[in-house]
Amino acid sequence: MDRERSEVNDIDRSLYDFRYEEKEGEFYRVKEGLTPDIVTEISKEKHDPDWMLDFRLKSLQIYNDLKVPDWGPDISGLNMDDIVTYVRHKTGMQATWEDVPEDIKNTFERLGIPEAERTSLAGVGAQYDSELVYHNVREEVLEQGVIYTDMESALTGEYADMVREHFMKLVPPTDHKFAALHGAVWSGGSFVYVPPGVKVDIPLQSYFRLNAAGAGQFEHTLIIVSEDADLHFIEGCSAPKYNVANLHAGCVELFVGKNARLRYSTIENWSKNMYNLNTKRAICEEGATMEWVSGSFGSHVSYLYPMTILKGNDSHCEFTGITFAGAGQNLDTGAKIVHTGERTSSFINTKSISKSGGESTFRSALTIKEKAKDAKASVSCASLMLDDISRSDTIPAMDIRTNEADVGHEAKIGRISDDAVFYLMSRGISEEDAKAMIVSGFADNVSKELPLEYAVEMNNLIQLEMKGAIG
Amino acid sequence: MALLEIRDLSVAVDGNPILKNINLNIGKGETHVLMGPNGAGKSTLGNVLMGNPAYEITGGSIYFNGLDIKEETADKRAKAGMFMSFQNPLEVPGITVSSFIRNAISQKTGEKIKFSEYRKELAADMEILDFDKAYKDRDLNVGFSGGEKKKAEILQMLMLKPKFAILDETDSGLDVDAVRTVSAGIEEYQKHEDGALLIITHSTKILESLHVDYTHVLVKGEIVADGDAALVDEINDNGFEKWTEREAK
Repeated sequence: MDRERSEVNDIDRSLYDFRYEEKEGEFYRVKEGLTPDIVTEISKEKHDPDWMLDFRLKSLQIYNDLKVPDWGPDISGLNMDDIVTYVRHKTGMQATWEDVPEDIKNTFERLGIPEAERTSLAGVGAQYDSELVYHNVREEVLEQGVIYTDMESALTGEYADMVREHFMKLVPPTDHKFAALHGAVWSGGSFVYVPPGVKVDIPLQSYFRLNAAGAGQFEHTLIIVSEDADLHFIEGCSAPKYNVANLHAGCVELFVGKNARLRYSTIENWSKNMYNLNTKRAICEEGATMEWVSGSFGSHVSYLYPMTILKGNDSHCEFTGITFAGAGQNLDTGAKIVHTGERTSSFINTKSISKSGGESTFRSALTIKEKAKDAKASVSCASLMLDDISRSDTIPAMDIRTNEADVGHEAKIGRISDDAVFYLMSRGISEEDAKAMIVSGFADNVSKELPLEYAVEMNNLIQLEMKGAIG
Repeated sequence: MALLEIRDLSVAVDGNPILKNINLNIGKGETHVLMGPNGAGKSTLGNVLMGNPAYEITGGSIYFNGLDIKEETADKRAKAGMFMSFQNPLEVPGITVSSFIRNAISQKTGEKIKFSEYRKELAADMEILDFDKAYKDRDLNVGFSGGEKKKAEILQMLMLKPKFAILDETDSGLDVDAVRTVSAGIEEYQKHEDGALLIITHSTKILESLHVDYTHVLVKGEIVADGDAALVDEINDNGFEKWTEREAK
């Protein structure tokens, strides 16, 4: 029988897609490509301490020795010889929005960042290309002793030793080729330190905007949450679309102290020419809780598997994720958990949606070490394909080394049901709205985890993706 | 002019003819019962009237309120005043019964109703159906028992106030008590909304307490008999043998 199949247009990205045409001489940038000279130039430009220059050059060596991964989506369209690894506006970082250059300020205003800061955030960092252009924290949070600053200041400031002690210790440059790349050319990002017992009631946020064509963004986020402390950190990312490849190879290192809690939420909406090869990792001490909320909507290709090491006894991790792959997108996302402590528990719950030929792969790796007695783990992933030309795969790997663990796994792959669409339409709801309602419902468990305004943004993204979904 | 006019309607699924030359008129406020053995095509007729795209109309026409609706999508038909209580209502995670119905009402009428009024009306209709109030805040049909799903269907009918409702096997799989409360809901619709009904059923349980104007018997895709409420009693006593045997000859 001839039934019309839904045809989904590309997302209307006008909100994210406006781009700011830079003026001559306004930005400082290095040459395309990756050489010891370029790495040295970046290091000098950033006034790195000496150890950091050594670190960068060693990382470059490791990068050159490592091979491109051969197990995930194709990244042959990414040529490092074409990528500019460092682009900075000449103004430098500001502490008030008024002082941020007009056009950059307009960009962040359109993205709603200053508005969010006024209404619902304890502190904001805004990165534009390679460096932060704005950083500010509320007075009462500073008074609690919380440090929230750009990585550059952190490297030489009061907490320089602490930063050096932790920097790329959780994700060493030897971890994989793009971690090595990050070690060589990283710039920007944030450092957060929450002292023992301090609970930060409202979230801190960093927003990363990559505006320059053919550039890479390599921000480093280092968060240390001390014993009994509590923090919610949010990161948002976007970029306008170009015809050339852009690269994001950030690195996030999270240290969650004894009985502390950290929630790390991400809404990633990179443009669809972006290679998102990001590495995120957390380590939990005794009784600590790590919560990830991850929404992946953008990029051309993503490799993203936030990892949690449950080192301390009784530590706990929850990972909630949603991935939405549309036309021209191949999003390989998931999570990794390593249980080493006793009575540790982890819970992975992900949803992925693919449409218009998009490919989404859920990939997880759960490891329970021999000494992790009485560990509990559950992995649940569900996929929804909106048409016949899209793809969805699940690759859940498990390595369980003890008999005294309780492990559960559930995977579901399905299509949007014509019967469900008809049911909703029979109540007077249009086909487009019916489909958006079904997709939103599918994504519901993730939206519930997000702060309200981000849940709204995610629903808007879904509505946008579904617009013109009628064949 | 009848509210619903079906003329010489023929329907196929995947190229196989299911309904042949159906003729049926349903007037405002009338209650019609469509009976027949399993596989006769009763649910197909309900689905076709509501606009399920899985069925293909191969001939004839459907008029609702004087307008040819054959080409209209289900949402347009609902906006025109049609409704169907599904045999197997679908689960809709992420939206509660209460907000779903409110959303559907505002889509249908193009107006937002006041929340306080809405809440009062919803509570009253749930009372009629002996429907636990807690269900209004649960995701639509998710984890509902068969009986609760059917109550949720009738609740939607009462709230959406259609001019014409199709009840597709609303009584199937229900126990005696559930049939009684669902019947009470249907009675409410007959009385207060002056709504027309096409009740599709293969048993007569649900009809015991309801007023019926006309009865039609569907066998192998054709209407083989029309009558009044007395025909229901006859089927209750003798089943469909009379017509199925004739078919067999």
